[in-house]
Parts: sequence; C-alpha cells; structure tokens
Amino acid sequence: MIKTAFQFKSIRHFLFLVGDIGRFALRFFREGFHPPFEWKEVFKQSVEIGYRSLSLVGVTAFIMGLVLTIQSRPTLVEFGAESWLPAMVSVSLIREIGPVITALICAGKIGSRIGAELGSMRVTEQIDAMEVSGTNPFKYLVTTRILSTTLMLPLLVILADTIALYGAFLAVNIKGAVSFQLFFNQVFETLRFSDLIPSIVKSFFFGFAIGLIGCYMGYNSKKGTEGVGNSANSAVVISSLMVFILDLIAVQITDLFYEL
Amino acid sequence: MNYKTEDNKNVIEIENLQKSFGSNYVIRGFSLNVKEKESVAVLGQSGSGKSVLIKCVIGLIETDKGNIKVLGKDIQQLDQLELDQLRTDIGFLFQSNALYDSMTVRENLEFPLRRLRRDKSKDEIDAAVKEALEDVGLFHTLNLMPSELSGGMRKRVSIARTLIVQPKIILYDEPTTGLDPITAREINLLMNKVQEKYKTASIIISHDLDCIKLTAQRIVILKDGINYQEGSYEELKNSKDKWVKAFFNT
Repeated sequence: MIKTAFQFKSIRHFLFLVGDIGRFALRFFREGFHPPFEWKEVFKQSVEIGYRSLSLVGVTAFIMGLVLTIQSRPTLVEFGAESWLPAMVSVSLIREIGPVITALICAGKIGSRIGAELGSMRVTEQIDAMEVSGTNPFKYLVTTRILSTTLMLPLLVILADTIALYGAFLAVNIKGAVSFQLFFNQVFETLRFSDLIPSIVKSFFFGFAIGLIGCYMGYNSKKGTEGVGNSANSAVVISSLMVFILDLIAVQITDLFYEL
Repeated sequence: MNYKTEDNKNVIEIENLQKSFGSNYVIRGFSLNVKEKESVAVLGQSGSGKSVLIKCVIGLIETDKGNIKVLGKDIQQLDQLELDQLRTDIGFLFQSNALYDSMTVRENLEFPLRRLRRDKSKDEIDAAVKEALEDVGLFHTLNLMPSELSGGMRKRVSIARTLIVQPKIILYDEPTTGLDPITAREINLLMNKVQEKYKTASIIISHDLDCIKLTAQRIVILKDGINYQEGSYEELKNSKDKWVKAFFNT
C-alpha cells in the first residue's frame, strides 16, 4: 500500500515536471521572439558556451576518432574489409557518435554551468533584484542562454566531426599507410548529404534541450546551496537523458525518410 | 530621527493583506499606509513575515487576499508591463544585497539604467553612476567586483544601485543585518541622508532597534500576521504590553 502510494506520488511528480518544463519551453518561444532582443547577451553567452568548449570538444573528438578506428580495425580485417575502414568510421562518426558524444559533453559542461549559475543567482536573490528593477529576468537570462546553446551546439558538432576524422586518419596510419587524400576521398565518396543534414538538424534539438533543461533547473532552484548543487546535477542528468531520447526519435524519423 | 511627517498623500496603501504558504498563515490581515517622504519601520521577530510583506508590496509574491496600492495603482490588477513600469519608481534593498556577482560595481549600477532609461546617453549614464557612488562614498570601487568588497561596502553599493533610478519609494529589507555596529550606524545615517536628499518614502523591515530608532518616524509591530502595535520609538519603548516591553528591553 505504502509502495503504491509512493509510486503514484513519483509518477505525479514526474508528470508535473514534464508539464512544467513544457510550459517553460512555451514561455521561451513567447518571449524569445519579441523585442527588445538581448543580442549583446546572446553573443556573450555564445562565446562562453561555444568558444570556451572548443578545447574540450576538440580533444574528446580527436580521441573518439582515434579509438573508434583502432577498435573497428580487427573486425574489418577478420572479414577482409580493411579498406572499408575510412568509410565505416566516417559514417559512424558523422551520423551518430559525433553529435551524441558532443551533446553529452556539452550536457555535462554547459548544462551544469547554466544550472549552477542561474541556481546561484536565484538563491542569492539576484534574479529577484532584476525583476524588481523592471527587467524581465526570463528574457535576459533564459532566452539568451537557450538561444546560444541551440546555435552553438551544431557548430561544435561540425568541429568535433572534423577533428574526429583527423583522429581516424591518424589511427588508420598506425598499422597501415593511407595517404591523406585517399583517406578523405573514401570518406567523401561514402558520405551523403542525407548523412550530414539529419546529424546537424538533431544537434540543434540537442542544444535546445541542454539549454532548456539547464535554465529550467537553475531558474527554479530552491533550498539554498543544496538547491544549487541539485540544480546543476539535475541539469546534467536530465539533459543527458533528453539527448538519448531525442536521438532515438531522430533515428526513427531519419529511417522513415530513407525508406521513402 | 524624529521629525514630524508632513500631511501628504499616501504612496503605499496596504489593506487587510493575507498571505499563506500551504497551511502556514504568515500574514493574516495586515494594514498599513505610508505617506510621501515618510519612513515607516515594520518590526517583528524573525519569521514573522516582514520580508514576505514587502515582497508582496513590490509584486514578487502574490497575495491571497487584501489590497495593495502603490503610487495609486493596485498592484494585483497590473499586467507584467505595467508592473515593470511601476517598479521603476520603487527601489528595493535586499537583505543579501543581491549584487550581480558576474558584473563590476559600475556594471551593476549601469544595468538598471541601460534597461529602464534607454534614451540616456553614455555620458549621462556615467554621470549618474558617479553621483550615486559618490553619494555612498564609494566612487573608488567603480571597477571592482562585488566579491572584492566588504559587507558594508556591498550594502552601500546596493543602496547606490537602488538610488540610481531615482525611485519615489525605497523598501529596505533588513538593511543592517550581519553588519558590525559601526558599519550598521554608517548605513543608518546613509539611509537618512538618502531620504533627505531624494525625498523618498520608505518601508524599513528590521528587528534591529538601533536602526529603527535612527531611521524610522513611525513603527508598526508585525506579530502573528497582524498589526500588533503602532507608534513612535519612544511610545513603543514605554508600552505596557508585555511582549513589546520584552522586545524593546532585550
């Protein structure tokens, strides 16, 4: 009986959270596209989110390309298909691994940053101070951050894909000798726009989800410093989960187009 | 400060205010009028609902029942734009100062001006920032971050940020809490200086008797969510009521 009541309460809490995040997203669309626009803050946040993530995303992408190639080689060698290595690695990287891994790194780095920053501003009454001074804090803090993550994530994904392919090229050459030109000829012969476009489109949604969840958790932070920690933590956990859910949906939709 | 209140019109009218959080009834029917240029202190124990009261006045917390009129406008009836407009005439000094910690002192002061007075030129904004900081004696901190300031300096900068938009009303939430007696006295004197220079009306929320004695012309005691007693400092200090006596003599 107690267990059932607890489960009912958890489900109700979950549904309430989903509904509240939905309302938060609607408010973003309502307020984000009405003047006055906060372009200066959007630019500042884009630098914080995009530029300051370059090194982390770059290093991770390089290792990702390197490891994927090294791990895939033995299986392909076994089937006598070693020459397919550049093609296989590039499709895997561009269609799936590049966007998802980059989004997960950003969920950790950017999601936690936004959650903690806004959470801290909430508990130290800085958001209230903006509100009483006649500024709309939602517009200034939330819409700018969501817009920046939505715009920056696809750029980071493109960068990550490019660096990962360089990593793959180096890995191919660890146990073989493939020229730069031959490697990338094989890559571009295999890749289609139908591989690239869905990957870029879904990374816009990943960016939106990371910004939305980070802002929601921080903006609604409660209970002092503990609340700030919880906001940062929930921002990472929920936005990472959202990345996988969105990826699943994107794969289904992309498959529908392939079948047509 | 015990000068007489002029017979001016009310700038704040609170009538039978009620506010609860779940089953916790914090304010149960509180009424208060504040006249132009008048400083009224609301005194009460910690957790008695003082901060909730002024957050209701500025529309940060929605009320359950009762009416609040600020500068003749019923704040419950205003839409967001009208409320934002009204708030430009009200300054709010937070207990925690609420300085934007990612901005310098200059940016903290410029922030409300740039957003609310978009017609102001850069020179006008610079002059306003300079005047507000000179009023609180902290012009030299212009390019410092809030984390580089002491508690008293942060409070002064917070007052400067409140002053910069030249409000008609200032709401002070525990202005001297956490400050040493010397700094607290400096802040109290600064509040009086601001009141005299800018002719603002104010509500001062506090449980600091020295602060109230120095800054308020009238004191209202908030107890059990209602106006428990009202009067000048001397009147309340000599009150026969056990609770008031205990509060003033502790």
